[in-house]
Amino acid sequence: MVQKTKSRRIDPRILRHELVPEHRVLSLEEAASLMRRLNVKPWQLPRISINDPVVQLLEAKPGDIIEIKRKSPTAGTSIAYRIVVPY
Amino acid sequence: MAKGSTKSSRKGSSKSKKKERAKAAVKAVERKDLLEAKLSAAREILPESIYKELEEKLGSEPELGIEEKALVVEETVRQYISKMAQPGEPVGTVAAQSIGEPGTQMTLRTFHYAGLMEFDVTLGLPRLIEVVDARREPSTPMMKVYLVEEYKRDREKAKEVARKIEYTIVENVLHDMEYTMGDNVFVLRLDPGMMEDKGVTVERVVNALAKAKIGEVEASEEDPYTVLVSVSEKLLPPDYMYDVKTYREIEEKIKKVYLKGIKGIKRAVIQEDFEDIDGKRRPVYYIITEGSNLREVLNVKGVDYTRTITNNIHEIAEVLGIEAARNAIISEILEVLNSSGLDVDIRHIMLVADIMTWTGHIRQIGRLGVSGEKPSILARAAFEVTVKRLYEAAVAGEEERFQGVTESIIAGIPPLVGTGTVLLKVAPRQG
Repeated sequence: MVQKTKSRRIDPRILRHELVPEHRVLSLEEAASLMRRLNVKPWQLPRISINDPVVQLLEAKPGDIIEIKRKSPTAGTSIAYRIVVPY
Repeated sequence: MAKGSTKSSRKGSSKSKKKERAKAAVKAVERKDLLEAKLSAAREILPESIYKELEEKLGSEPELGIEEKALVVEETVRQYISKMAQPGEPVGTVAAQSIGEPGTQMTLRTFHYAGLMEFDVTLGLPRLIEVVDARREPSTPMMKVYLVEEYKRDREKAKEVARKIEYTIVENVLHDMEYTMGDNVFVLRLDPGMMEDKGVTVERVVNALAKAKIGEVEASEEDPYTVLVSVSEKLLPPDYMYDVKTYREIEEKIKKVYLKGIKGIKRAVIQEDFEDIDGKRRPVYYIITEGSNLREVLNVKGVDYTRTITNNIHEIAEVLGIEAARNAIISEILEVLNSSGLDVDIRHIMLVADIMTWTGHIRQIGRLGVSGEKPSILARAAFEVTVKRLYEAAVAGEEERFQGVTESIIAGIPPLVGTGTVLLKVAPRQG
């Protein structure tokens, strides 16, 4: 089942689904300054699988940091980060 | 700016007055700058929604002076910071209590969905357990299929989409089937009412049966709703002509022949809702399905692919990604709690969803997920299946470090939470 989804091309329309927040891959500089600002190591971040449909659409690689602009009922928008992992 | 206001002071006023006015103007500008500086500082700290509310409220209070406004901004920031969770605060424990306590008041019964025709939907505690246990398949899979603009206002067009997604096999449109032992002809009488309802033509049934390679298929000439299937020798060898079991098998095979629709969607029912457009109440239709197949349904023409959802969270994670699954977990838990009339702060639920999706895959809250992955042996053993956990840890030669709350309490050590996170020592005075 998982293998099947891997080979299947992903419909880019899913990005417009109301459940899917905006994802963006951080550049290396941004990622480095983020690590300094949050005072964390990359492995301490929450993770996102390389097989995640949104990650596949963004064509991110393992180790990339994804910035997620979540719509939050308490804060309006809140920004979260996830690191791409190869599993 | 200060210069400009000095120049504009009226001619003929005394020198000292002029100076004073200039000073006041400078001060006003300074105060305005101060407010702006305060606001921009607040913008950095406050979350968007609070900042917007603050800005709005300040704008709607003309009686407040600039200095007072600056004070309001300052106080808002102070209050916001004081309400933040402090480092070391056991937010997880608080979340567990905040969801657990009202949970004891939830009904244990499975309800019929109010206002929905004969649809059974798991609600209440069983559904809550299902969500946090991250079951592969919910006990009542269900989808809410919203339609695009051109389809949602017209019942007929909504029906068209519903027919397209509802999984239909020959059995669904069959009135009865007849066969005689020793004869290879099966007589299928179709139900015109069901055919109409499902939007299936006799031609379609004939084609589908022909494709299934059961045998020769022909529509009867006497009755438009009768189809004759002459089963091939391969399926019904002459030796088996009087074998009841073989006939039964063929009967089942014919009944299961696929006609149309999406696999997994057992039923699709049109629901009516109302929407206000230009002050008029207009009906809006959407479809509720029994069974779920998000990926396929999103591709159907007429389906609003930005809003259509399923209650199967694993499916959402697979099709829309882990972040969408996180949102789905939040809304599912909220829906269950709200429908039972319980008021739990959404922040607790968001924390649960965050933990469940932390690894990028959905983890259950339980011994096979979050609790089972704790680094401490004692914490794992304290949760469920104690002896087995202890054996496993012993075999693996694990070490207990007493970093968490559970194991510290078991051992009687002050746990590293709250003020306990800070380790202080009194340094003896030198010299």
